[in-house]
Amino acid sequence: MQRMDERVGRRLFAFGALPPTSWLRGERWKPAGQIIVHLAALAPLALLIWDGLHGHLTAEPIRAITLRTGKPALVLLVLSLACTPLSAIFGLRQALKWRRPLGLYAFFYAALHFLIFAAVDYGLDLGLLREAIFEKRYALAGLAALLLLVPLAITSTRGWMRRLGKRWKRLHRLAYLAGILAVVHYVWLVKADRREPLMWGAALAVLLVLRLPAVRRAAIGLWQQIARRPAP
Amino acid sequence: MVKIRSSEITPEWVYLSRRKFMRGTAAAAGALLLAACGPRQEAMPRAADAPPTAEVTGPAGLAKPPAAPGEPTVAPTPTAQAVAADAAEPLTSFEDITNYNNFYEFSTDKVAVAKQAQGFKTSPWTVTIGGLVNRPLTLGIEDILKRYPQEERIYRLRCVEGWSMVIPWLGFPLAALLKEVEPLSAARYVRFETLLDREQMPGQRVSFFPWPYVEGLRLDEAMHDLTILSTGLYGKVLLPQNGAPLRLVVPWKYGFKSIKSIVRIDLVEEMPKSFWMIMASDEYGFYANVNPDVPHPRWSQASERRIGELGRRRTLPFNGYADQVAHLYAGMDLRQNY
Repeated sequence: MQRMDERVGRRLFAFGALPPTSWLRGERWKPAGQIIVHLAALAPLALLIWDGLHGHLTAEPIRAITLRTGKPALVLLVLSLACTPLSAIFGLRQALKWRRPLGLYAFFYAALHFLIFAAVDYGLDLGLLREAIFEKRYALAGLAALLLLVPLAITSTRGWMRRLGKRWKRLHRLAYLAGILAVVHYVWLVKADRREPLMWGAALAVLLVLRLPAVRRAAIGLWQQIARRPAP
Repeated sequence: MVKIRSSEITPEWVYLSRRKFMRGTAAAAGALLLAACGPRQEAMPRAADAPPTAEVTGPAGLAKPPAAPGEPTVAPTPTAQAVAADAAEPLTSFEDITNYNNFYEFSTDKVAVAKQAQGFKTSPWTVTIGGLVNRPLTLGIEDILKRYPQEERIYRLRCVEGWSMVIPWLGFPLAALLKEVEPLSAARYVRFETLLDREQMPGQRVSFFPWPYVEGLRLDEAMHDLTILSTGLYGKVLLPQNGAPLRLVVPWKYGFKSIKSIVRIDLVEEMPKSFWMIMASDEYGFYANVNPDVPHPRWSQASERRIGELGRRRTLPFNGYADQVAHLYAGMDLRQNY
C-alpha cells in the first residue's frame, strides 16, 4: 500500500505534479483523514435509510431517493477530483489516498441512483425507459457519466493500475469528463433555480483548470509564498 | 390533430378502486367556514369494464346529498356528472395534498411550502374582475362564497413535473363569475394574477422570477364547465399552500396553469404571457394541455407517478378529459401549441 503510494507520488513528482516542498506532509492527517472520508461518504446513505424508516421521504418517495442518491454521487465525484490539486498545490499528499475511496463511493451512489430510476421508478418498463432516457438530454448526460465511471471503478484496483501502467492515468482522466457530464445532467435537470448546479459546475471548473500545467505552477508558487511567509 | 378516443386508453386505474366518492353539493353557508359542505357518499361500485371517460348520460349512481332547507343546491350538469363518474380513482390523502406543493411564492421546495405559508392572511381579500367587460366587479372573498354555490369536483391534477394527485375540490364554475361581468366581444382571453406581497410571500424576493405569477386561458377554455375557481378541498376551506383563498383549477392542463391566491381577473384581447412562458417559453407554452405526445426536456410526459402509489401510470391525453375538452382544440396542432 505504502509502496504503491510512493510510486504514484514519485510518478506525479516526475510529471511535475508535486511541489518540491510539501507543506502539509504531516503524518498526523493520515488516520483521521481516512476515517472522515468513509464516514462522510456513507452519511448520505445512512440518513436516507433513517428517513426511509421514519417515513420522511416526502409524498413522492421515489423522487426523494432518486435525488438523494444523485447528489452524493456528484459531490463525491467533485471531491475525488479535488484530491490531486490538494496534494499537488497544497502539499497535502495524504489526499491522494482519499481519491480512490471517494471515486468508488461516487460510482456506488451513481449506480444506485440509476438502479432506482430504472427499476424502482420505471419498473424496468423498457418502452417508458427508452422515452425517458433517449428523449431527455439530462438523462442521456447522466447515463453517459455513469457509463464513463464503470471502467474507472473496474480498474481502480492496484492490479489494474500495475497492468495498465501509464495508460491507467490517461484512462482515469475520464473522471474529468464524467464530472462535467454530471454537472450538465444537474443543470439540465433543475426547473428554474440553477444556482446550486452552477455552483458545483464552478467548483469543478476550478479543479479542472488547476490541472493545467501553467495554472498549476502559478498556484504552487502562490501557495508556497503564502505558506512560507513568517507569522507577523 | 390526431384524435385519440379515450376508449383506446388503458383504463388501468378503473380496476384499482371500487370506491367512488360522490360529488356533493356544498352549500356555502355564508362564511369562510364552509361548515355545510356536502358529504361524500359511497355509491354503487361502478362497472369495472367502463372506459375512464365513458359518456355518462343519466344520473345513474349519483346520489344527491341532502341539502339543508333554504340553501341553494346545484343541479349537476352533464359534464360534471361525467367528471364525477370519472373519479373512481382513490383520492390522494389530505396529508399529501396539503404538504406537497409547488408554490414558488413561498418556497421552491415542495415540502417546505406548507410551513412557509402558515399564517398567510387570506382575509380581508378582494378579487378584482375587470378588463374588457361591461360590468367590472370587485368582490371580497366572503361575497364570492355567498354569491356562488360551492360544489365538490373530484379532479385529477397532473403536474408538469410528472406527478399527479386526485383531489376533491370545492368551488364553482369560473363561467358563473365571467357571465356576471359580461365580457365584451373583443375579449378573447382571461388573464389571472396572484397576490404580490413580498412581506408575506418570501419567494417573491427571489428577483429572477417575473413576479407576480400570471396565467391565462382562452375565453372558451375559461367558460368550459370543467374550469372552476376553487375555495376548498376535502370539504374544508383551502389552506394557504393550496392557493387560498381562491385559485383556478383546470384539470386537463398541467398544474401550473391552475394559478393560486388570485387577486385579479382581467378579460383581454391579446394572449397573456404567463409566468412560465416568460421563464422558459420553449418548455412551457400558453396552452399546456396534458399531452403524453409532447415531450418535455426534463420530465416524462408519457407517464406519471400518482402520489401515494408505487410505479407509474400512463398519462392520458388531456389528463383523461379528452371527451369533454378535445373539441376546443379541433384543427389545432397541439405539438406547435404546447
